[in-house]
Amino acid sequence: MSTSDIILQQLANGLILGSFYALVALGYTMVYGIIKLLNFAHGDLYMVGGFVGFLVLSLVSGLMGSSWAGILCSMVFSMLAVGLLGVIIQRIAYVPMLQAPRLSILITALAVSMVLSNGVMAITDGEYLAFNTDLGYEGLDLGNVFISYTQLVLVVSAALLMIILYLFVHKTLYGKAMRAIAIDQDACRLMGINVNRIIALTFFIGSSLAAAAGVMAGVYYGSLHFFMGFVIGLKAFTAAVIGGIGSIPGAMLGGLVLGLLEAFGTQIPFVGSEWKDVFSFGLLILLLIFKPTGLLGKTEIERM
Amino acid sequence: MAGSSPLTSVSDWLRPQQNRMIVLMGLAGVAMLIPLVANNYVLEVLTNAWFYAILCLGLNIVVGYAGLLDLGYAAFFAVGAYTTGILTSKFGVNFWLTIPVAVSCSMLAGLIIGGPTLRLRSDYLAIVTLGFGEIVRIIARNLEITGGASGLIGIDRPSIFGLELSRGIHFYYVFLLLAILACFISYRLQNSRLGRAWQYVREDEDAAEAMGIGRVAVKLYAYVIGAMFGGVAGCFFAAKMTAISPETFTFSQSVLILLGVVLGGMGKIPGVIIGAFALVLFPEVFRGLGSMRMLIFGIVMLVIMLYRPEGIWPQKQREV
Amino acid sequence: MALLEVANLGLSFSGLQVIQKLSFEVEQGTIASLIGPNGAGKTSVFNCLTGFYRPDSGRIDFNGHSIIRRKPHKITRAGMARTFQNLRLFKSMTVLENVKSGMHCRTSTGALGAVLQTGSQRREEALITSVSEECLAFVGLLDRKDRRADTLPYGDQRRVEWARALATKPKLLLLDEPAAGLNFDEKKELITLILRIRDELGITILLIEHDMGLVMKVSEMITVIDYGAKIAEGTAEDVQNNPKVIEAYLGSDDGEEFL
Repeated sequence: MSTSDIILQQLANGLILGSFYALVALGYTMVYGIIKLLNFAHGDLYMVGGFVGFLVLSLVSGLMGSSWAGILCSMVFSMLAVGLLGVIIQRIAYVPMLQAPRLSILITALAVSMVLSNGVMAITDGEYLAFNTDLGYEGLDLGNVFISYTQLVLVVSAALLMIILYLFVHKTLYGKAMRAIAIDQDACRLMGINVNRIIALTFFIGSSLAAAAGVMAGVYYGSLHFFMGFVIGLKAFTAAVIGGIGSIPGAMLGGLVLGLLEAFGTQIPFVGSEWKDVFSFGLLILLLIFKPTGLLGKTEIERM
Repeated sequence: MAGSSPLTSVSDWLRPQQNRMIVLMGLAGVAMLIPLVANNYVLEVLTNAWFYAILCLGLNIVVGYAGLLDLGYAAFFAVGAYTTGILTSKFGVNFWLTIPVAVSCSMLAGLIIGGPTLRLRSDYLAIVTLGFGEIVRIIARNLEITGGASGLIGIDRPSIFGLELSRGIHFYYVFLLLAILACFISYRLQNSRLGRAWQYVREDEDAAEAMGIGRVAVKLYAYVIGAMFGGVAGCFFAAKMTAISPETFTFSQSVLILLGVVLGGMGKIPGVIIGAFALVLFPEVFRGLGSMRMLIFGIVMLVIMLYRPEGIWPQKQREV
Repeated sequence: MALLEVANLGLSFSGLQVIQKLSFEVEQGTIASLIGPNGAGKTSVFNCLTGFYRPDSGRIDFNGHSIIRRKPHKITRAGMARTFQNLRLFKSMTVLENVKSGMHCRTSTGALGAVLQTGSQRREEALITSVSEECLAFVGLLDRKDRRADTLPYGDQRRVEWARALATKPKLLLLDEPAAGLNFDEKKELITLILRIRDELGITILLIEHDMGLVMKVSEMITVIDYGAKIAEGTAEDVQNNPKVIEAYLGSDDGEEFL
């Protein structure tokens, strides 16, 4: 394979990987932006989304088949269901913790994550679950480079979701409220904005995007595992930090950058192996130490 | 007296230092006599409980005293265990000599990890410590000197004054004594200038800085001392098990130790010990649950945070 | 040489110039005030002095040494202590424990000393306790030393803040709106306290305050700022009759306060 072939192939791989990371990172960044909480359980919502999608697909495959129609249906349902789950978690676990010391809400988020991942583990007995679809393996055959139609559809769908989100945040009143609350919550309350409802909406959107990514991942990789939330959680967090935590375009950019880094990294001997995770963790740690505001983030000044 | 119950009169009697020491001595005495009446299985479980007590007390200094959420505490435990493991099984070094080396390595790990990261926000710190925990585990799993994925075997059993420590009863006393030492050190630290500094930084970092307390240095002290506890526990763990594998030092392990601290009551020594015991005894008592263990722990942690965040052990009563 | 010399201090947030070319001095053994209408940048000045904000330009010299952009705890160790506008006590700790925090930077026992309880550790603990109790006695709160800080009434909590700052044995004490929320009698006590701090303890004081009566009564030197720049400086009489000052206050809602 020539260098340009490798580049093209890894570009394609990187784009789809980046799409997953971006979708999950968006949820992280939106929740962090609005209530300054790193939701540990967010990655697990991605995992649950994949499983719910799988369940729905097996239910509707009789009617709609296991191809794109069925997948779309299961993805939409999963997004709604997991979005709702996100709101429920926020109401039950996080709202009571808002006045408590920071440590408490972080531990609570950790506990929620444990419940979700171990709950699914108990249900699946820790086994991998095969996500069977009728998609076939056709794609664009460009000599040494192969880009499957599945890849294309998934990347386009992810991009569509992100465009819809961007329009929502910048063109609707709800989106404006979200951005305002991220700047000054108390001022918003004084302005009569129902802050609690908007925060719930943020959780809903973030969770449903993660669920969409989960279904897509299930389709792409063909399998689901209860532990996939843990890994993607850390990776998505890294992506959010790369782009600048709290920034929505930052999460999209960061996801893309991380996806491309990982795809091209597979070609580098040391990085693309068992040491892959050490590399990504190391990158995250270095970022947080030296450039915590990432590429597009703003430096926070704390007023005393 | 109006409104007095047996419980209030007990807690009143417990107020003076002297009476509390009597109770503690009594409990310690009971703990020392247990091997005489317990069978091997019970002894093993209790030894494990004392072992977790040491780990939980160590993490308690980081989380409970200094208020730092450390999600990678198992890394220090790993460094201690592997240092002792490698030195004894591959280089034939006497176990007792490996202890200072292992502890130094753990403390060094604490410095390396904590130095650049303790000035980060608590959320970021949690993720960073998680990352470091994973890094240590992956390194242990992939290096030849650490035995790779199958770990180290053939770690020597230590001898003290000619007696080889090999039986369950020996290790029971080893871990019990270590736990008592850990309690003592924790107690002294808690009620000292450093202990107060941790509290100030935990309550209001910026106000503490304004009072002349260097918050990063103070946090680093907690982190490194916590690492020390983990390292010591790791050494003796390696000696007891004679074989260690990277799967002992996972994120789940770190979370479990955290659960012990949270369950009993962060920052409270008796609470932390109770938490450690609960961690170990609960799965033994409810054997049938098996794979649901972590799920139940997660639910317990959630319930505690929502309804009794101060943990099982009651909060110290202060004059109002 | 003045105890505190500030020269051409500049600070901006996201393009907004909060402090511009501010220069003033505080002489040793005096009581100085920094006043100005709301939003003039007074607390920002304090935050720059104490290391919580990093100024973009200028010079801050304390006791002959430059302290600009140093970490807050180092500045306190050098002898500049502060109180906060919105009380920042360690709420769940006792009054005495709160005040003991001030002595942390004047002592040095570490972990080893704590565990072994050496002779020097015990002596240091006794010193910490005695100095803290002295500070509490100075502000009149010794009898409440074992109460939880957040159970005290507001006026007493303020006094705990002052005792805490005094325990750091400062050369310069920065008081951020010490009269906020105090009633008339408490303000009279505050004036006495401020004068006692200067006269009995020999500590220099710089205060930010809105209560003009208090400012005029205690200050030997007043610096007036508006929109981050100095508009007047001088004694109480100078400032009271300065037309620029009157205009700055009349132009804002603080007008009533001033007249």
